[in-house]
Amino acid sequence: MAHVSMVLNGKRVSGTVEDRTLLVAFIRENQGLTGTHVGCDTSQCGACVIHVDGKAVKACTMLAAQADGTEVVTLEGLAKGGTLHPVQAAFREHHGLQCGFCTPGMIMAAVDMIERHGAGNLDEATIRHELEGNICRCTGYQNIVKAIKAASDEMAGLQQAAE
Amino acid sequence: MGVDGIGARAVRKEDKRFITGKGRYTDDMTAQGMGYAAFVRSPHAHAKVVSIDSSAAEDMPGVDAVLTGEQLVGDGIGNLICGWMIHSKDGSPMNMGAWRAMEPEIVRFVGQAVAVVIADTAAQARDAADAVVVEYEELDAIVDAVAAMEDGAPQLHPEAPNNLIYDWEIGDEAAVNAAFEGAAHVTKMEITNNRLAPNPMEPRAALAIYDTAEEHFTLYTTSQNPHVARLVLSAFYAVAPEHKLRVIAPDVGGGFGSKIYIYPEEMVCLWASKRTERPVKWVSDRTEAFLTDAHGRDHNSVAEMALDADNKITGLRVKTVANLGAYMSLFSSSVPTYLYATLLSGQYNIPAIHANVKAVYTNTVPVDAYRGAGRPEATYLLERMMETAAREVGLSPAELRRKNFITEFPHQTPVIMCYDAGDYSATLDAAMAAIDYDGFAARKAEAASRGKLRGIGLSCYIEACGIAPSAAVGSLGAGVGLWESAEVRVNPVGTIEVLTGSHSHGQGHETTFAQLISERFGLDTDAVSIVHGDTDKVQFGMGTYGSRSGAVGMSAIVKALDKVEAKAKKIAAHLMEAAEGDITIEGGELKVAGTDKKLTFTEVALAAYTAHNLPDGMEPGLKEGAFYDPTNFTFPAGTYICEVEVDPETGTTDIISFVASDDFGKIINPMIVEGQVHGGLTQGIGQAMLENAAYDDTGQLLTASYMDYCMPRADDLPAEYRLSTHETLCPGNPLGMKGCGEAGAIGSPPAVINAITDAIGSNDLSMPATPEKVWQLCQTTTKAAAE
Amino acid sequence: MYETNYHRAGSVADAAALLAKADDGKLLSGGQTLLPTMKQRLAAPSDLVDVTKIAELKGICEDGNAISIGAATTHAEVAASDLVKQKIPGLAKLAGGIGDPAVRHMGTIGGSIANNDPAADYPSALVALNATVTTNKRTLSAEDFFTGMFETALDDDEIVTSVSFPAAAKSAYAKYPNPASRYAMAGVFVAQQADGSVRVAVTGAGQDGVFRVPEMESALASNFAPDAVAGISVSADNLLSDIHGSSAYRANLVTVMAKRAVEAAS
Repeated sequence: MAHVSMVLNGKRVSGTVEDRTLLVAFIRENQGLTGTHVGCDTSQCGACVIHVDGKAVKACTMLAAQADGTEVVTLEGLAKGGTLHPVQAAFREHHGLQCGFCTPGMIMAAVDMIERHGAGNLDEATIRHELEGNICRCTGYQNIVKAIKAASDEMAGLQQAAE
Repeated sequence: MGVDGIGARAVRKEDKRFITGKGRYTDDMTAQGMGYAAFVRSPHAHAKVVSIDSSAAEDMPGVDAVLTGEQLVGDGIGNLICGWMIHSKDGSPMNMGAWRAMEPEIVRFVGQAVAVVIADTAAQARDAADAVVVEYEELDAIVDAVAAMEDGAPQLHPEAPNNLIYDWEIGDEAAVNAAFEGAAHVTKMEITNNRLAPNPMEPRAALAIYDTAEEHFTLYTTSQNPHVARLVLSAFYAVAPEHKLRVIAPDVGGGFGSKIYIYPEEMVCLWASKRTERPVKWVSDRTEAFLTDAHGRDHNSVAEMALDADNKITGLRVKTVANLGAYMSLFSSSVPTYLYATLLSGQYNIPAIHANVKAVYTNTVPVDAYRGAGRPEATYLLERMMETAAREVGLSPAELRRKNFITEFPHQTPVIMCYDAGDYSATLDAAMAAIDYDGFAARKAEAASRGKLRGIGLSCYIEACGIAPSAAVGSLGAGVGLWESAEVRVNPVGTIEVLTGSHSHGQGHETTFAQLISERFGLDTDAVSIVHGDTDKVQFGMGTYGSRSGAVGMSAIVKALDKVEAKAKKIAAHLMEAAEGDITIEGGELKVAGTDKKLTFTEVALAAYTAHNLPDGMEPGLKEGAFYDPTNFTFPAGTYICEVEVDPETGTTDIISFVASDDFGKIINPMIVEGQVHGGLTQGIGQAMLENAAYDDTGQLLTASYMDYCMPRADDLPAEYRLSTHETLCPGNPLGMKGCGEAGAIGSPPAVINAITDAIGSNDLSMPATPEKVWQLCQTTTKAAAE
Repeated sequence: MYETNYHRAGSVADAAALLAKADDGKLLSGGQTLLPTMKQRLAAPSDLVDVTKIAELKGICEDGNAISIGAATTHAEVAASDLVKQKIPGLAKLAGGIGDPAVRHMGTIGGSIANNDPAADYPSALVALNATVTTNKRTLSAEDFFTGMFETALDDDEIVTSVSFPAAAKSAYAKYPNPASRYAMAGVFVAQQADGSVRVAVTGAGQDGVFRVPEMESALASNFAPDAVAGISVSADNLLSDIHGSSAYRANLVTVMAKRAVEAAS
């Protein structure tokens, strides 16, 4: 058994799990945060994307034990003080979700994408390419791409206003 | 949210929970003392089950029980059913073999369950399932439907000689023969509609909870139609009487048809919960989903079209072999018959049509309705034929279609359907304008200068939705009526709950349905809740599939709203001492026309519940229910045009533009409708270019994960789908709605293939048009051009 | 996934000791291939030794005229490295095209080459750039390191510590992805050395993993231009064939990708 301790959405949590326990199972079953989903077995669909130490990773392709000592953020931890993250707000505004199942991974991947490229620096083709590891069956991606672009541009505006 | 009525692009009420991780899907549910199920599945496509030794598994840590098909049958659990009776052309009923939820004797497809382990954790259950030793005696397998009918082919079920389930026909064969005798031109094609795996992103799941004291079951499950699930589980599978079984379909992560059916696993969880006296949960993994979720399509057809000297179509002859897999799934029999052949007239005036459909058993997972269900197969066949005929007779594809369009309504086709309204030229014109059809030649030349092959392809589709008048489907063999129910409950403070038998698994009903109420009473959509997906809350409903929630589900709500409005007006008239006919509803208030007298909706609601001052004889309360049974199918139609560029060096096809012009009748929320079209188009493009559920000759599924089954991804698609709508109201329902959920998947595949074949100058292309296939054809055409 | 025992190694020596103690131990680096394989119960190591927290295995540094990349360096780190982008742009591009962003945050160069998936990208870069693989026991040339499909020269208890890539005058990688898995169906890395010599290495297509194409190399040595390789095709005999692409199709892709890599490098 592995004793696992991490900061999850700003709170220190710990638990004892089998060594084979995946990080996604620790988050969903041990910690009861069911916003992170599992949609495939081959690390391709991206429904489980979360941030570990500030980087997007697939929680289904990491052991909970590997995440010991890390800082983890899931979709539940994205909104601050009841205010939606601009990416969350943009997904709603642009109808970037239908059944909602891929949405957690999409939003977490989008936040990471915007951070890596810099707000305001994403174009349509880049976003599509960056979504290679996130599969959606409902939306045909068009509104997801629009939402990410809009959020990226809005975040650039917010940064500018703050400067 | 505000007052958002019909036509408003209202953002979705349900989104908040999904974008904050608070959605509640079946796998998110837990119950005290819950055990996990893991199934023991056949690795063989066809084999006798000789023995099952579970002794080692039973001794493993955390294992509660290992249960087999023999025990299931012994407990009186019924076989899985097919809910639509089809008769062969000789009048005989379809030949149906028994399908048990866990098979004790002969397995007939890879992945079929033979036993289940219940254990304390999912990992322990899986470990133990792997330790169950099943001895099989392998039998020859057959996966190709045409070959399965040949003498000497492996036989699946004793009830179905030559694996033939039915040999069905529709239309006037003699009239068609006569048309071909007098034809000036005949176009003939062999057309394959490739097999697909539906792949909603949420895999199927079930949590069954048995209450030993009440002898009552609760089932959380990934269903598009929880009431139908309860009906079938009770009436046919004998799991429990209806009043002792509550089925809840909470947030469901997509369905596309695949979650209509009541599968073995859900039933086994219920039964196992009673057997083990603990809640039992099962969650499919993706490979299990590929192996056991009903697949879609899989047709082989030969089609012939007769044209006269004026290029008018005079006859259509179609022979189709439909692969239904190893067992008959719930609606499987209806898909290649009444949902397929009845649409073979397309948007065209075709005086004579005859179709013969043979449905066949093979050693593959069952095939059933998948987004479009029969209509994509009909559209693909007809629109490939139209494009090919146009090329053969030297007319432009648009011209040939236009020449044959139906222009007067109602129009009775030779294959049952009576089209009620449409304007096919309008959608064709709009699509051609949107894609700048006239500028194509210049774009093709420009592409050629870069070494690329550019092509353009049309598809003019029609479909039948809103299924359907109950008496009509009953006469065609359906086992259920296909109406819908609704209940509108006005609370004493004027907020409203709408209970609906429709089920939302991505369609946005919580928003669209609320807009109807907002429109009617001028109330904020936040004052309205939509309740669905729970058999304890909603009395009955037929669920969501076949693009029926608008045309049928919302019509039921309208009927209930009419009753609520009438009663509210009566109360208001009584309270304000006015004539009932003078009461109008506006902005959340009931007013007496021509005066300044008014009451808020809340005041009227409160009056209904305090009942201190109601008209004589009126019952207190403000709550009304309605059942709505359609009077006809609805007929969404439109034109899709696809423009592609092919790289002849690699066979890569890029979709440069895709335009869609649809007639969905009345649209409530255009934003949601566009989302439905985007998703449908993407699934259609997936079928045309990427997706294929492939079995090898021994019945092993070669595409059992996303490593091999090619799901459309963001970068496979054009930069933007350009959509437009043209509205002709459906006369058959109160709102004039036709349905929009499936059109994209129905209309798009032929547009893509017509475009690629146009680009490469070869018509011999089957779906999916993989880079290798396209490259091979480019080799041939380049060589031919050089010679 | 079968039950396993997870260990976090603090040093290479520690990792070697843990591996030696295990029944059937395996090194866990990024885990982006190993963990999915274990989830599907196609691999069942008794022990996993996590090497990603070993400081000496991480990082990218200039080493004379070469770039040395620690085995536990992620694809994302290689792709984002200014040093790699400047000295061997083809390598940075290759790393930035492996898997998807989330996979690149975890997957490592050491893990990738030790697995030697015939459809992995890195082997082509190592062979074309004539890289040297350093382990806790020895150094090997890339060509000696890769021995066949999923096979390397590594002993059971041997640990890759770094890979050293000599800088190239020109380098580029072009791949044609499998439409479903997005792994390479044919990936061609072309590298020209300062002396004008050229190496062409192909991944994704060969039954035995990565291979060189001598005809293309000599053609490019005398004329480093896309046209020089456009007419050179490899034999389909030893190429992979599956539902996504026949060996003949893959052979065609090798030529086309070689041409495009040269174009990108020029």
